Amino acid sequence: MEKNMLKDENDRVDGFLKVTGKAKYFAEYELPGLTYGVLVTSTITKGKITSLDTKSAEKAPGVIAVISHLNKPSAAAYEQESGPQMKIFYTDKIFYNGQPIAIVVANTFERATYAASLVKATYANETFNTDFEKALKDPKAKKLQGQADYKRGEENAYKTAEVKLEERYFLPIETHNPMELHGIIADWRPNNQLTVYAKTQGVKATQGTIANVFKIPMENIQVNSEFVGGGFGMALRTWPLEIATVMASKHIGKPVKVVITRMQMFTMVGNRPAAIQTIGLGANKDGKLTGITHRAYGETSTYENFTEGVVNMAKFMYQCDNVNTSYVIVPVDLGVPIWMRGPGEATGAFALESAIDEMAHALDMDPLDFRIKNDPETDQQKNKPFSSKNIKEAYKIGADKIGWRNRKNKPGSLLEGPWQTGYGVSVGVFNANRGKASVKGILKADGSLLLQSATSDIGPGTGTGMTLIANKLMNIPVNKITFELGDSSLPPAPSQGGSATLSTVGSAVNDVCVALKSTIAELAANSNMDATSNFVDVLKKNNLPQIEITKESQSGKEKDSYSMYSFSIHFVQVKVNSLTGVVKINKIVSVGDSGTIVSPKTARSQMVGGAVGGIGMALTEESIIDHRYGRYINNNFADYHVPVNADVPEIDVNFINKPDPYINPMGAKGMGEIALIGFSAAVANAVFNATGKRIRTLPITPDKILA
Amino acid sequence: MKSSDQKPNQGDSRRDFLKKSSVITAIALTPGAAIKAAENNADERFAELFEKIPLKLTVNNKAYQTIVEPRVTLLDYLREELHLTGTKKGCDHGQCGACTVHVDGQRINACLSLAVMNEGKKITTIEGLANGDTLHPMQAAFIKHDGFQCGYCTPGQIMSAVACVREGHTNSRAEISEYMSGNICRCGAYPNIVDAIIEVKEGGQTI
Repeated sequence: MEKNMLKDENDRVDGFLKVTGKAKYFAEYELPGLTYGVLVTSTITKGKITSLDTKSAEKAPGVIAVISHLNKPSAAAYEQESGPQMKIFYTDKIFYNGQPIAIVVANTFERATYAASLVKATYANETFNTDFEKALKDPKAKKLQGQADYKRGEENAYKTAEVKLEERYFLPIETHNPMELHGIIADWRPNNQLTVYAKTQGVKATQGTIANVFKIPMENIQVNSEFVGGGFGMALRTWPLEIATVMASKHIGKPVKVVITRMQMFTMVGNRPAAIQTIGLGANKDGKLTGITHRAYGETSTYENFTEGVVNMAKFMYQCDNVNTSYVIVPVDLGVPIWMRGPGEATGAFALESAIDEMAHALDMDPLDFRIKNDPETDQQKNKPFSSKNIKEAYKIGADKIGWRNRKNKPGSLLEGPWQTGYGVSVGVFNANRGKASVKGILKADGSLLLQSATSDIGPGTGTGMTLIANKLMNIPVNKITFELGDSSLPPAPSQGGSATLSTVGSAVNDVCVALKSTIAELAANSNMDATSNFVDVLKKNNLPQIEITKESQSGKEKDSYSMYSFSIHFVQVKVNSLTGVVKINKIVSVGDSGTIVSPKTARSQMVGGAVGGIGMALTEESIIDHRYGRYINNNFADYHVPVNADVPEIDVNFINKPDPYINPMGAKGMGEIALIGFSAAVANAVFNATGKRIRTLPITPDKILA
Repeated sequence: MKSSDQKPNQGDSRRDFLKKSSVITAIALTPGAAIKAAENNADERFAELFEKIPLKLTVNNKAYQTIVEPRVTLLDYLREELHLTGTKKGCDHGQCGACTVHVDGQRINACLSLAVMNEGKKITTIEGLANGDTLHPMQAAFIKHDGFQCGYCTPGQIMSAVACVREGHTNSRAEISEYMSGNICRCGAYPNIVDAIIEVKEGGQTI
């Protein structure tokens, strides 16, 4: 019924449910006997809990249980010494400020919230450090771990180049802050049967993690996560608070719901780690790059290591015979980070794409010409051709649309009263990933097609994309196709991350549709029907109510022969007020080069959303810590500034829309990450072009412009 | 907080008083039954009655008569009591607009209003906007212009957008953006949301 209401086949298939409030997110399932859990958190940053007084809380009205390390509800994996250090409720150790130390379960949310305020802890404090820059400087606090260094040609060749620069870039902690608060409903029943309603980017991953912690079979656990109110990476793992909720349900024998607070979203579910990067670039006077050195330090926690691809882009994005990179992680006493949209690549692209702009300026070249001059024909890192790459065409489209010809190479040239106008460009690039997924297709005699896979949709429009793939192949109208996801009992698929879902699950949809078509053709031939017969007629003739096929699909040898990436170009026109230092993004043109566009409407929204995320990264977002206490001080939406409607201009999205011949049957590459990667550098470059001020520390706030 | 900072808990003593007085009152009325009730922990339920306040309100043209703890927000009342979960919790601090509903025709953040403050008021939530399966023009325009991705802020955006049009704050893209800036969309659908509002405004229907 809902889908018949779609006016356009490209409309989001779940649009009706989302605009009517009928789409159910994890916290919205009604379970008989549902109870409410509220987490108590540590008020110190490092040390040990010396006492925990739960008596008042236990006596408070409506309270069913208070669970902490004192009563250690059983979780088999945590009984062992090995495994993660952060064993929730199995340790009295405090690793960071805001760490969950107890959960109070009551029969209403208000009662649980009040009772949680009655739990009192005392601690033995230890000295701590939450300051990343200090951790870098203080050799005692350093415990560096790294990924392999990379070297091609001569190390630090930039130092002897005709024109050289070496600059340092700083990115603060950013917090994902999807609009939906994190949490879970856990319903542990007798015989170790567990149902959870989760906010997860991967139902199979959640199922696996819980099975592993509690040492119960995967089949005992049902994970439901049909609608997810945004993730941006933070729902790519099962967090301790989710394990705590499962423990609580197991302990009391009733379903428990936990929805954390916005403040807790800063401490319990990861963040984009701070990074300090130095880039050295060398070029000859003609504008050919002769050396690239990219060194990065990324923040991590003391109890778990986190790494990401900060220095990847430097290795292949530009033609250069001498490239070396290094990446080390530095632990501080904060919660462990997690990938945030565009992950490390977005961090790295800010530095590299700023430096490229700086080099173009040093050479007195147009930064677009400089990029084109250094555009590689093949991937020098992997020594392979690119599977598809249309960067030069993308540059041209974007330059025309933004009005690049109006840009002056000399910064500060365009003035109108106090407003200075500037233009900036940058490139984004991300691995065109394709994993392994299974999809079940059920073709029915009523003319409908049901597709099922345990994938997720955190917002990009997974169901819409899959429906359109099937629609094109099967010639079945979209309102007759249903794609089911977010259910761990469906055929397995990987988590939604790394811009891989359309490529991975879409390929399996493709394979299922091809198989269904050939089965229908066989049936038609066997029953003396025309090969082009409609499947409904073929099924009816054969007295079959339906046929069902499950296919697993994954990439083949093409990966060995080609280097596969998605690319984006971001053009930005900014206006900077020279009196107030305010930066207004006036115009945005983004060009995506990610193969075939399967779902034009949702693909455009992905690019728009990436640009908006990029505005936040460039201009406003920074999680600030008071290092005296190790606490976030802007842990809410009034003080942590994400872009609002008035911050965002019209965004002109363009796609090259040429199939990648090798990646997958659709020729489509992912685009969730490239929508954001590089965007912040385009803004920094535009601000430089407007003002002559090079801001190398994000976010670009008015104080930095006026300094 | 250090344990020495702990003050006598006023909440507890008030509660203890209520518990005692409710049991005493009950005993005065029907001793046998009340003692039995106390044994079954029913004094807790008596106390609960004292702590709850009667409330009459209309939600989506349906009248509700109930008793509710005064500390329950309108948002939690809608979501947890009435199971009208279309209204979303994004921050619980009036900072994100995900919980926007109409109270007597005005858009408000339901997380900043206690349920008991809405005595006698008419509330419209996202569930009350469509006419059966016929979408409100703003809902249809949001689908057409893809004014969302994850959909979580969407009910609040739509309630705010309807009010924005009714308020007449739709004279330019800039004005719409300004008057829609109390509703955060982390997926970044803002330009599409503005497109949807312009379409409804230019459609000229009474909304």
